[in-house]
Order: sequence, then C-alpha cells, then structure tokens
Amino acid sequence: MKLSLTVNETAHELEVAPNALLVEIIRGDLGLTGTHVGCDTSQCGACTVEMDGRAVKSCTVLAGQAQDARVTTIEGLGAPGNLHPMQTAFQAHHALQCGFCTPGMIISAIDLVKRADGRLDEAAVREGLAGNLCRCTGYHNIVEAVLAAAGQM
Amino acid sequence: MSDQGIGQRVKRREDVRFITGKGRYTDDINLPGQAYAVFVRSPHPRARIKTIDASAARKAPGVVGVFTGKDLAADGIGALPCGWLVKSKDGSDMKVPPRPPLAIETVNFVGEPYAVVIAETLGQARAAAALVETDFEELEPVVSLAEATAGPQIHEGIEANRCYDWELGDQAAVDAAFAKAAHVTKLEFANNRLIPNAIEPRAAVATYSAPTEEFTLYTTSQNPHLERLILAAFVNLAPEHKLRVISPDVGGGFGSKIFVYPEETAAAWAARRTNRPVKWTADRSEAFLSDAHGRDHLTTAELALDAAGTFLAMRVRTRANLGAYLSTFASSVPTYLYGTLLAGQYRTPAIHVEVEAVFTNTAPVDAYRGAGRPEATYVVERLVETAARETGVDPAELRRRNFIQPDQFPYETPVALVYDTGDYQASLEKALKQIDYAGFPARRKVSEAAGKRRGLGFSCYIEACGLAPSQLAIQLGAGVGLYESGEVRVNPTGSVTVFTGSHSHGQGHETTFAQIVSDKLGVPFESVEVVHGDTGRLEFGLGTYGSRSVAVGGSALIKASDKIIAKGKRIAAHMLESAPDDVDFDEGVFAVRKTNKSLTFGEVAFAAYVPANFPEDLEPGLSEKSFYDPKNFTFPAGCHIAEVEVDPETGVVVLVRFVAVDDFGEVINPMIVEGQVHGGIAQGVGQALLEHGIYDESGQLVTGSFMDYCMPRADDLPSFEVDTTVTPCTHNPLGVKGCGEAGAIGAPAAVMNAVTDALRVKDLAMPASPERVWRALQAA
Amino acid sequence: MNGFDYHRPETLEAAVAARAGAPDSAYLAGGMTLIPTLKQGLAEPSDVIDLAAVAGLAGIGLEVDRLTIGAMTRHADVAASAEVQRAIPALAYLASEIGDAQVRNRGTLGGSLANSDPAADYPAAVIALGARIVTDRRTMAADDYFKGLFETALEPGELIRAVEFPVPRRAAYRKFRHPASRYAVAGVFVAEIGEGIRVGVTGAGPCAFRWTALETALAGKPAPAAAETAPLDFRRFNADLHASAEYRAQLVRVMARRALANLAA
Repeated sequence: MKLSLTVNETAHELEVAPNALLVEIIRGDLGLTGTHVGCDTSQCGACTVEMDGRAVKSCTVLAGQAQDARVTTIEGLGAPGNLHPMQTAFQAHHALQCGFCTPGMIISAIDLVKRADGRLDEAAVREGLAGNLCRCTGYHNIVEAVLAAAGQM
Repeated sequence: MSDQGIGQRVKRREDVRFITGKGRYTDDINLPGQAYAVFVRSPHPRARIKTIDASAARKAPGVVGVFTGKDLAADGIGALPCGWLVKSKDGSDMKVPPRPPLAIETVNFVGEPYAVVIAETLGQARAAAALVETDFEELEPVVSLAEATAGPQIHEGIEANRCYDWELGDQAAVDAAFAKAAHVTKLEFANNRLIPNAIEPRAAVATYSAPTEEFTLYTTSQNPHLERLILAAFVNLAPEHKLRVISPDVGGGFGSKIFVYPEETAAAWAARRTNRPVKWTADRSEAFLSDAHGRDHLTTAELALDAAGTFLAMRVRTRANLGAYLSTFASSVPTYLYGTLLAGQYRTPAIHVEVEAVFTNTAPVDAYRGAGRPEATYVVERLVETAARETGVDPAELRRRNFIQPDQFPYETPVALVYDTGDYQASLEKALKQIDYAGFPARRKVSEAAGKRRGLGFSCYIEACGLAPSQLAIQLGAGVGLYESGEVRVNPTGSVTVFTGSHSHGQGHETTFAQIVSDKLGVPFESVEVVHGDTGRLEFGLGTYGSRSVAVGGSALIKASDKIIAKGKRIAAHMLESAPDDVDFDEGVFAVRKTNKSLTFGEVAFAAYVPANFPEDLEPGLSEKSFYDPKNFTFPAGCHIAEVEVDPETGVVVLVRFVAVDDFGEVINPMIVEGQVHGGIAQGVGQALLEHGIYDESGQLVTGSFMDYCMPRADDLPSFEVDTTVTPCTHNPLGVKGCGEAGAIGAPAAVMNAVTDALRVKDLAMPASPERVWRALQAA
Repeated sequence: MNGFDYHRPETLEAAVAARAGAPDSAYLAGGMTLIPTLKQGLAEPSDVIDLAAVAGLAGIGLEVDRLTIGAMTRHADVAASAEVQRAIPALAYLASEIGDAQVRNRGTLGGSLANSDPAADYPAAVIALGARIVTDRRTMAADDYFKGLFETALEPGELIRAVEFPVPRRAAYRKFRHPASRYAVAGVFVAEIGEGIRVGVTGAGPCAFRWTALETALAGKPAPAAAETAPLDFRRFNADLHASAEYRAQLVRVMARRALANLAA
C-alpha cells in the first residue's frame, strides 16, 4: 500500500506492506536508526516517537495509522550546536549511560513537559516516564534532567 | 590541573551521538545482500529430538537455507566451552556437559535453539521457521532447584545432575567455634533468579569473505576479543587471525553480554555456509528465554557469636542453579566470586562454605551484575542484621564491634582473600548521619500514625573487583589471564589515540579514559580519542565485567603513558642536548632540570615522527603498549541504608529513601561514578522488590515478557542519596577500586533488612512483592 | 505478523460494510491491544479496518446530566478534558491512570470496552455509572454489556459509536496497579447516582461487575467500613503470578474502602 507521511519535516511517499509497523518504516525504509526496539510487547518505550503531537510507541502503530501523519524522531529534534533543551539536559545531568533507551526517553520527556503546562514535580516526572524502561541509570539523573529542561522549554 | 582531568565531572563525549540518534548499535548495521536468521527453539524443557523435517521450510518463499545442529557439527563446529574449571572437594573436576551451539540429540530448556532458518527477509525467515516440523520425545524435566539432585539425570554421565560440590574454609575450626557459641543465628533463604534485560537485545551481523577466508562479526559483546578467542580456539569457527569481532555501541550488558552464545555463533557460521551476510536480532521474548540468567541460589547460613556479640564463625551451605548447560563463566560465579566474599567487612575468624552446583532444565545461569557478590552480601548482611535483632544489639553497633579495623590491613580473610585497605566504619558513620538514624524512631511513629509500617535496614558490603591477578585466577581454574591491554599512540601533531581492550557499553570509557590520559600526558582532553571494541584495531583485551575497567584497563593506560613519557624524555634530552635523567615532565612540558630549556609535548611528538639526526639507539615514533596485570583484587566496600514504608492493607512496599556511602578509592569522574551507583541500586532494589524469573512446574518460563517480569520503572524508585569515602587502592597506579556493581551488591540486603524490620518478621523471600508482604502480615 | 488488507474508511457505514464484507476482519481503534496481539500471532484477521478516519467517532459532549464520549476518544483526551473534569472528575482521573503516557496517547474508550480485558480500567466506571453503550445498531445498558472474559454483548461486526455516562452527584476510583503491566489487579469505581451508590469492580473477575452486596450494605451512604464486611465471593476471581484470588478480594475491599472514603471527603 501507499503511505504518505512526514518525518522530521521531510515528506515521504512510500510503498509499504499493510502489516508494516511504523518503527520498521522509520528504521528500515527511512534508515533513521536512532529509534530503537527493546521489546515485542509494547512495554519498554525505546521506540517512542512523536506522531501528530503525541508521544507514541512506534512498535504499536501500523503503517496505515500513520497515513498523512507528522512524525518527529530523535534525529529531528536537534543536532550538535542546535540541540533541544531536553537533549542538552540529558547530557548535562548524565541522564544516559548505554544510550539505547535514550531517544525514546527524550521524546517521552518532551511530551510530558509539553502536557504538564508548568506543573511538574519529581513524582509527576516519575509517573510520566513510566512507559519508558531504562536499565542503566536507575532514573535518578533522568528525573533531574527532565525537571531542569522543563524550566527551559 | 585541567578542568577535564582526573577527578572532574566531565560531561560524556559519547552522549552527543546518543542524544541525537546517531549511536551505532549492532541492529543498526545492515550489509549489502544480507539475509536474516531466525532460530527454531525448543518448546519443551527436556526432550529427545527424533526427527526434524525442514522440507516445507526449505521450500518456503525466500528461504536461503535451513540448518540444524548436525549441519554445524558436520562442518566441524564444536561445543561452547566454559572458561573456568572448578574442582569438587574430593579433587575431581567439575562435570561439563557438551553444549553444541544448536542442540543435536536433546533439548534441555525451553527456548534452546536447535535449528536456524536463513531467508531473504525477516518475515520470510519467521514464516519458514514456523514450518519446521520436529518430532520430539518429551522427557521428564528437572525444574525444581531444591529437588534437582533427586530428579532424572539430564546429561549422560553426570550423576545427580551435580556439576561440582565445592568447599572453602576450615570446617573443623568452624565446628569448634559453633560448639562454644553463646548465640547462633540461622537463616534459610533463596536468592531469586533474575533476568538481566539490557534494553538492547542481543544481535549479530556476520559476513564472510570467501577469497580471503575472513569473517567479520558485529555483535553485542562486552568482550569482543574473548568472543574471538573462544570462537577460534574452542568452537573452531575460524583461525583467530581470520576472525574480526566488532562490538559497536552496545546497549547495556550487566554481564549478560560477556558470554559466547549459540545464536551469534550459528549466525557467523551461516554467513560462510550461505555465502551471504547474515543478520540476527533477538526479540525480547527470545532474550527472556535465551540470555543467561542470574543468581538462583538456595542457602542455609549460620553465624556464631559470643556473649559480647563478637562473630566467631560462619557456616554456609548453598545449592546453586547452573541451568541446563555451563555458560561461559558460570562455574566461577557461585564459587570464587561468592564463597571468597563471605567474610564481608568483618573479622569473623572461621568460615566454611560448601556449594553444590547443579543442572536443571532451565536457561543457563551465569554472571549478572555483581555475580556472586550480591549473593554473598545477602548471606552476610541478612545474618548480621538478624543476629543484631535476636541479641538485642543495635545493628550498627554490632557491625562496629566486628569491623576489620583500618590498622589491620592488609587483612587476610579465612576465605582466601587479602583485603588491601578500607575504613568500613567511616562509611557506616557517614551513612548513619545522612539517613538521620537518630530520627528514625520519630519517622516510624509518623508512619504508624498513618496506618503504615516503617523499617530501616543496613547492608555493609564488600566486593572483590578489578578482575584479576592472572596467576591467582589461573591457579583457581580460569582459562584465561585477566590482565588488560592499553595502547597510547601519539600522533605526529600531538593528538593522542588511545586503544583499550576494555569495552564500554554504558560506562563512559570514551570520556573517563580520555580524562586519564589527558591528565597524565598534559594534552587537552579534546585531543585524546579512545578506541575500543574491535579486534581488528586493538591489542588483545579482556573486556568489561567485574567492575574492572578503570582499575585494570585504566592502569594499563597509565603504564603505557609512563612509557610515552620515558620515550619523550629521551627525545627531549636529545633535542635539548641533555641527559634523559635530567629531563622532568610535568603538565605537558619536558624541561631540563635547573635550566630554562624545555619542549612542549607537541614539539616532542612532532620530532618523534620527523627524526632529524636521531642517534642510532633512539627509534622514531611515539607509541607504546602495556599489558597491566593486577597484583591483587580491589576491594570496594560501603554502607547502604534503605528505609521503607509498608502499606499493611495491600502489602505494597515503598522504598522511601536509599543512602549509599561507598569507598571506591580514587574517583576519575564523580558524575559517572554516581550514575553507576544509581543504576546498580535500581537493579538491586529490583531484585529485592520486583524481579523474579519463574519457571512453572512443567518447565515453562512464566515471566517471559515485560508484562510479567517486573522491571523497575521510574515511579517504582526514589531519588538516591549517594556519597563516598576514600581509601585509595594500594596496588594500582590510579588508586581506584571499581564502582559498577556496588549498588546491585549492597541494595538487596539493605532493602530486605528494612522490609523485615518494618514487618517485624525474621525473614521474607525476595522479591517482597505485595501479596507476599500482605501474607506475611496476615501470618504474623 | 500475518499479512492482512488494511482499510481506512471515512464513514461509519463504510466501516460497518467493510467489516461485514470480510468475516475474518477486525476493527482497529487505538490498537493498544490488537497490535500486540497481531505481533504475537494470537490474532490473524484477513482485514484490518481502521476507525481513525471515521467521522464523528471522537469527541466529548456534555449535557446537563449526561456526558457523551465518542468511542475513538483517546484516554489522554478524556483525562485532560475540561468537560470530563467538571462533570465526572473521577472518570478523568481513571483515564489518567491507564497504562502509561504513550498508551493513553493512542488507546481509546471504545477499543477498551470492545476488548473487555478483565483488567482494563474503563469497565469499572461504565458499570458503576450505569453508562449506556451506543453502537451502530442499538443502545445497551452497562449491566447488559459485559458477558465474560474478553466477551461482550456486541454482535459480530457491531461497532461502538459512543458511551453515554450519566453525571453522578459524586464518584471516585481507586486502582491497584499490576507492578509489571500496569493494568488493574483490582479497580473499584464508586458513584453516587440516582437512588444510591453503585460499585463497579474491574481486575478481579473474568469481566467487570457490580458489587451489589456492597451497594446494598451502603444503602446510599458512603460508609467506607462497609467495604470490609460486605459479602464478596472470590471463588471465581482471577489468579495469576502476581495476585491470588484471595489477595485480589482483599485488594477489592481496600480499593472500595478508599474510593468510598474519597467519595465522602
């Protein structure tokens, strides 16, 4: 089937299988390997991308569901020299170790801050990131980074 | 000193690629013409393979080949070895069942691979794998660890499913001490099976060049050289010089990616067999079934005390689950990484430990973060805390009475280790102050007024890290030395390329090791590049595990840097017409003593590669290597205190506070060290409160996904309060001890001591899940 | 995942027709359950009919005594809706407690009800509030809707359009979350509505149910202590790794008591 979608401000017209998952399109067809797959039961959140203004697990979105969608992956957030405040905060607060969960975590964190409308505390950050597993950091520095970035977004 | 040298909170340079999505993990690598591997796995915990009919699978669309264990064996592919020989107390060698990469005659755990399908696409490989028809004769499995020795014999020639029955310590002295004890504390408990679950699943991309007979294997390994050594020397995949193993960015390991597994091996072989690059990436479901699991002990432990609360002796009997086969380092974990740590921080004069290691029809069990030391700490610290409660002594005070004192180092324990240095009371006192120990009774009252229970628990752990002095390790059965290599290559323009045999999969070596070399050579941090994880670019190396990287790998870089400085002095002396002995090196400048003659590091580097009239005995170039072999283990130690609040109506345990005061010796980058501690604590808390790998009676893994295996999430944990004390390691040039495992080692006992304190029960099994806690309160 | 044809109808009629035209087809709402099920090969529909583009299925409308939520309204939108927060704050709270943020950003009310997972949150509210489930062919009372484990009164091809929630005088929800999956091990929604207090329980049984014995014991008064003694037959409760039937019964009592306390507060 034909799929039109915009990823990181670039419009794409693709021929995809109806049972293709958004994450497969992002990693495979578009070669954007910053989005990762860490599980097969829609739990870990490593594949989180922003789709039409919402953080979603791209392993649980069918190709067709992304028809005409605007998707932002980690590659679309910012590059060195022009980083998103959340990216900067993750480095500044040592909020990542192996880096594998990091892209999904950053996308979720940005979504969380946007929705929180200035009302974020530690508990809200912890609850808000419950859809993203990290095995390295114990979340301590991630929480610090998100709270710090929230003040700058 | 530079603001990016040793001891500074330097931001990690590797983060730039990770936060922008430019990391390069194994599954991100795609080679032209690659085919995809999908493994066919046993649905049974124990069965004889009668026939495998792959004819339908072979005819399926896109299938390149279907191969079984027999195909690998016919091609000379050998069994996966275990790298550490343990001897039983009667002197006999441990029993080693053969583990072919793909099972041939029998399958021995659910998820064991016995065939592999290679196809043009992943979807085609999956579809074809479902068409492989296998006729199994199901056999009665051995699932229960407690009953494993009485069950049917899993492997031919291995009676009672016993791999070894090992002991350490002076049994007679222990018996004598118990006979005169005023008090004996006894506990029987399990150390729950854990599933490591690095968020990046294992993966491999293999390619074979027929004209040159060379393999390149990209894989998720913590130690690519060891993988190459084993695949060459034992598995017979290819000669070592024809096999390049590359570990690109690796998304966490925690021990589980040390080992050489069937899948990577078979994928590499299949690349040659099909003459196609072959890619395999584990699903999480496969990872649950086939990654080596951790822990899984049953233990009876006793501590004898005199009337004054002095520890007299300890007696420990453990049955350790090895799973169905011996994974790469499985045998060493419940022995040399466990029994040797049972002295803890205390002067207990006599200790005897027996470990019976057995096979069961479950996934192999091997090193997982802490590896033996969390289990040992759990034994010691649960015993000590329980003894304090039973004898009515404050648990902090009982520990103070029994700590090895700072003036007693080096201290030889009754279980074969010599601790070089430490100050255990210093960590304890700092942690007590941080948690406000004196204020705990008041906090408990507040909780109780709200209908809650509150508890506090200690864990004063010790670990042996910096693996390991090769001579000792080889004496004890290790199949390899445990030194580390380092190379410091100064480029003509004065920038430095550092090669380390250590491997980073989250630890931040690219930053830390650059700090070390930059500090040592006085060159800017930005001018030092760190290369790791590629057998094609580096000297032999042993990789990363056992909190060894800076203590051993960092020390190798110091030694190599010393050689650079020595060579630099000779070059400078020649250029400045002086004697090398008169040249000092400091902060990147070579200067002739008592003169104003000097050269910068960059000038010397340039001269090394533009050697105008060097004398005959002075070689051009400025590049040095070192293999650092540690003289002893390092002994990080510390005090962890957990405070929990329990809802008696639901059984929910909330970890309210966690204080960790650790002595890692000198610290290269405090920011990274704190991060390592946080992560370790989270895994330790996970073991205590959330995580449990469970096989049902029929041998099926019932916690086979994140829907059932409970991983710590952000809202399961508090922020942690971490601090350090410092007694520098006495025998490595950096004075460092290692920090990667401390949290996972200390936390389980601290949390369970707090939970049992809150519930006022003697013991409770891990994990302290809500229903278990609720039932304990109903029974109390 | 098996192959299937994908459809994206834009009208209710077209969706229902597509479903009728392919007996082994499945509707796709948010996909939070269906897609994982497809990935595991536990469902193999010939056709997937995505409801995302169907006009008129998403949205929230508030009349004086009735809150209507379209079937394709996502959990996050229910949680954040000013109307829901004003009319039935407990329902907004319930939606904010479902799964995790990404699930709430995709999952829908209709999808949750059509699937009738025994551990889903919404059914507790639907039962307790006496909501009406509006489909393409009829309107059903909540009490008639849930039939068993993953079983509802929906006929093959019947499509939920919206759910009408009567606005209660007050309501409260308390949930005990599964530590791994974050589904409800036990969830209790209490609502003071009409003549008395209704109690909806999810997570504990094969499907959501009313705890009528507690409703009777309360006799219209939010007396939390009644939850400790009201008869509760847990013989047919769910039991799994993380909670036995007996423990679930305890959790139902505790969650009910806490919800009632919240109601009274």
